[in-house]
Amino acid sequence: MLNFTIRQLGAELAARRVSSVEIARYFLQRATRLGKAFNAFITLDEEKTLTQARAADALIATGKAGPLTGIPVAHKDIFCAEGWRTTCGSKMLENFIAPYDAHVIGRCKAAGAVVLGKTNMDEFAMGSSNETSFYGPVRNPWNTEMVPGGSSGGSAAAVAARLAPAATGTDTGGSIRQPAALSGVCGLKPTYGVCSRYGMIAFASSLDQAGPFAKTAEDLALLLDAMAGFDARDSTSLERVPEDYARDLEKPIKGLRIGLPRELFAEGMAPDVAKAVDTALAEFRKLGCEPVEVSLPNMRLAVPVYYVLAPAEASSNLARYDGVRYGYRAPEYVDLLDMYKKTRAQGFGAEVKRRILIGTYVLSHGYYDAYYLKAQQLRRLIANDFVAAFRQCDVILGPTSPTTAFKIGEKAADPVQMYLSDIYTIPANLAGLPAMSIPCGFDRQMLPVGLQIIGDYFSEARMLNTAHQYQQATDWHMKMPEDVTS
Amino acid sequence: MKWEIVVGLEIHAQLSTTSKIFSGAPTAFGAAPNTQASAVDIALPGVLPVLNKGAVERAVRFGLAVDATINRRSVFARKNYFYPDLPKGYQISQYELPIVSGGALNIVVGDAEKTVRITRAHLEEDAGKSLHEDFRGMSGIDLNRAGTPLLEIVSEPDMRSAAEAVAYAKSLHSLVRWIGICDGNMQEGSFRCDANVSVRPQGSGKLGTRCEIKNLNSFRFLEQAIEYEARRQIEVLEDGGTVVQETRLYDPDKDETRPMRTKEDAMDYRYFPDPDLPPLEVSEQWITEVKIAMPELPKTMGRRFIEDYGVTTDEARLLTSEKNLASYFEAAARKLVALNPAGWKTNSDEGRRYYGSIIAKGVMGLLAAQLNKTGMDVENSPVHALQFALIHARMIEEIITSKNAREVFYELWESPNHKDDAVDVIIGRRGLRQISDAGALEKIVDQVLAANPKSVEEFRAGKEKAFNALVGQVMKATQGKANPTQVNELLRRKLS
Repeated sequence: MLNFTIRQLGAELAARRVSSVEIARYFLQRATRLGKAFNAFITLDEEKTLTQARAADALIATGKAGPLTGIPVAHKDIFCAEGWRTTCGSKMLENFIAPYDAHVIGRCKAAGAVVLGKTNMDEFAMGSSNETSFYGPVRNPWNTEMVPGGSSGGSAAAVAARLAPAATGTDTGGSIRQPAALSGVCGLKPTYGVCSRYGMIAFASSLDQAGPFAKTAEDLALLLDAMAGFDARDSTSLERVPEDYARDLEKPIKGLRIGLPRELFAEGMAPDVAKAVDTALAEFRKLGCEPVEVSLPNMRLAVPVYYVLAPAEASSNLARYDGVRYGYRAPEYVDLLDMYKKTRAQGFGAEVKRRILIGTYVLSHGYYDAYYLKAQQLRRLIANDFVAAFRQCDVILGPTSPTTAFKIGEKAADPVQMYLSDIYTIPANLAGLPAMSIPCGFDRQMLPVGLQIIGDYFSEARMLNTAHQYQQATDWHMKMPEDVTS
Repeated sequence: MKWEIVVGLEIHAQLSTTSKIFSGAPTAFGAAPNTQASAVDIALPGVLPVLNKGAVERAVRFGLAVDATINRRSVFARKNYFYPDLPKGYQISQYELPIVSGGALNIVVGDAEKTVRITRAHLEEDAGKSLHEDFRGMSGIDLNRAGTPLLEIVSEPDMRSAAEAVAYAKSLHSLVRWIGICDGNMQEGSFRCDANVSVRPQGSGKLGTRCEIKNLNSFRFLEQAIEYEARRQIEVLEDGGTVVQETRLYDPDKDETRPMRTKEDAMDYRYFPDPDLPPLEVSEQWITEVKIAMPELPKTMGRRFIEDYGVTTDEARLLTSEKNLASYFEAAARKLVALNPAGWKTNSDEGRRYYGSIIAKGVMGLLAAQLNKTGMDVENSPVHALQFALIHARMIEEIITSKNAREVFYELWESPNHKDDAVDVIIGRRGLRQISDAGALEKIVDQVLAANPKSVEEFRAGKEKAFNALVGQVMKATQGKANPTQVNELLRRKLS
């Protein structure tokens, strides 16, 4: 079962060779045993998981199972799940038990998927290394001295270490794709608005989007089918006819125009990453794809624009953690202001505070026009670059991250270096475009390299098709870290 | 030096939706603390706002009622500040692009009519309530009110006295109730006023430094606070000082305003568009639908009353000061027209105006006085509009005198009876039917003349007052039932 895909597990369940409870026990046991080594989970609750698995088995017995029925899925601890502690990686919510399901959780449950547990993450999704979690850093299953990427580092590591067949994550500036790349798994951020944000703890509302982690593009499609869908409780959720994201997987990609933005292959990329990406591009040419050079001239502005807009929204989104109604409250204080100050000083970690300060600054009277407003204008320019590029190509290919996984602690003291880790992923968030990362090789240290596929709005099915065809021709995605096979 | 007072008002009208502006929780007043606060209202992690269409529709209704521009696209922003009864740490409010821009409202103070310009009206959510008593050193937070929809209506500084400000506030109060967007209950905080007050030398074109006065929850407090504040500012200036721009709180117990916060410590709210809510788009078609569904507005109705029912301009204004009063008037007037006791040609404009004007006087006189005396609202009047018309019909038919018409009205008021024949039953039972029998009346007149030689003498000496005394005696002798016209004629004849 170790390396089985959702599709394969589904087939085992359908043939009654294994039960959902058995699968759940198998992964729970792995998550408990190895979870500690990688620190991938914040919360496991065997009883809750098995109760759901038993219900799934009952459903399978009636013959009404869907593709996800009985499949355990690990959820990033940013999603509220009814009755589950939901911490968002923060001390602030250490004891917060969510009284309702996020839309994404509800959709997964409705599809029969079993909640395997809640995965570790950077505090309030702010980080690219999973080092900002109050619950300790997650370790990269390929090399435990390395970071798994972030902020959905726990989900990426859980799938990479085969502690879960699939997982959910969220991506605000690369938080699905970058850890997918650094941990050697597949991850997809859909078009903004495809997955409801209801019950997903907000970091930067105009950028946050939920998406799946899995071993294969096909599994991503199956999980996305469940996660996506209109939700009236999220005013930015898009009302669209439901689609089958797996529908085009088998289509040949001969003639597919692959856009290669000059700016995505610029300086700063590690040579090993460049080499792996080049090899992947050669593979696509072999599959009959046509490379097209395109340009995203404003891409260089993406990181500064992001680090104005995301902290601005975050500074406001995190104001509700004030110690008044729920969550952490400082044990001692003299008055209201003191209670606010101490609660937030003690409840938030350094990176969260840094971003609240930046966000508060850029929204302040006298600075708003120069920072927030200007950043919004530039955001539009960056989005327009993609519109122009997609007139010339069907998908855009490039590296997901400029480097492979770095050492725990290496960039922790240098936020700017850390922020540059998302230089290739941020543009898609600013434009609201779908983007994904799939494994495409390794560097000299045997650390995974990720290939990023950016698509036009609502072209998830085509992107998954592109990735699936590549995965039919290669087997990078089925590689596992040696340590986890035991 | 002569000083001029300049006032602008910001009025928060609570919109009469059954659920909150961004959540499905109910808005009803007076529930046990925190029982009407949903996950969205208490700002649990991950919850999101969804705009209540009913609130938008009410804002559009308001915009149409004051001839404002309904902005086809408006934007919700976040107003960021920390306070325990503000669960999200920000209030969602429209800032740069409100749903309603411009517009105007006419007011009347004394004999003068005046137009007050409206700057804007925008949608926002209310905060909860902090309760600082009864918790032994702690504060209680009630989030039932959090998320209640408000329309903040901002006027230009067009008012020049406390009286004008009150007239404007009253006119607006009447309008929001008229168009059914706000219940106007000031005790419950459904209609709250903040006043921006400044003074300047008479004739100066420049505005003085203003102070904003908060917490004005009655028209009386509004008036007193403005008057106090203007006096205070004038004193400061006359003593050679300068007015400091600040927010002040009115204390009705002491009848004074005192500083709350100055401009220097005014908070930086860090407004920015709320990324959880796309810009609000209002289609032309929807605006048209709202327009069609709008009730007839007071000014239109007033013009119609003048034209159709022959009421005076003043009567029209008073009758349309409240929707229920206008409805009462029109129902009664219509009924009287239908009864046509004076026998006008069917559908004649003159007849309608004749009856309308009689009912207008009755509503503004007899009915208004009684409502005033009992403190009752017109919609609860024990005498129904149709009965009110019937009483007047009987009077016009000369079945009862105007004095006894009042008697019937009072009796119905005291002992409500909504049977069709209630008016006639009272007239019959109490023997109020007027005496128009010429022979019988002549006999009584003769008796009165014989019994009052002094009055007869005085009248003949030219004292017209003595004539009225004689009429009074005849009326007394008939318990008010004598046909007054006939009595007049008889007396004149006998005395000439």
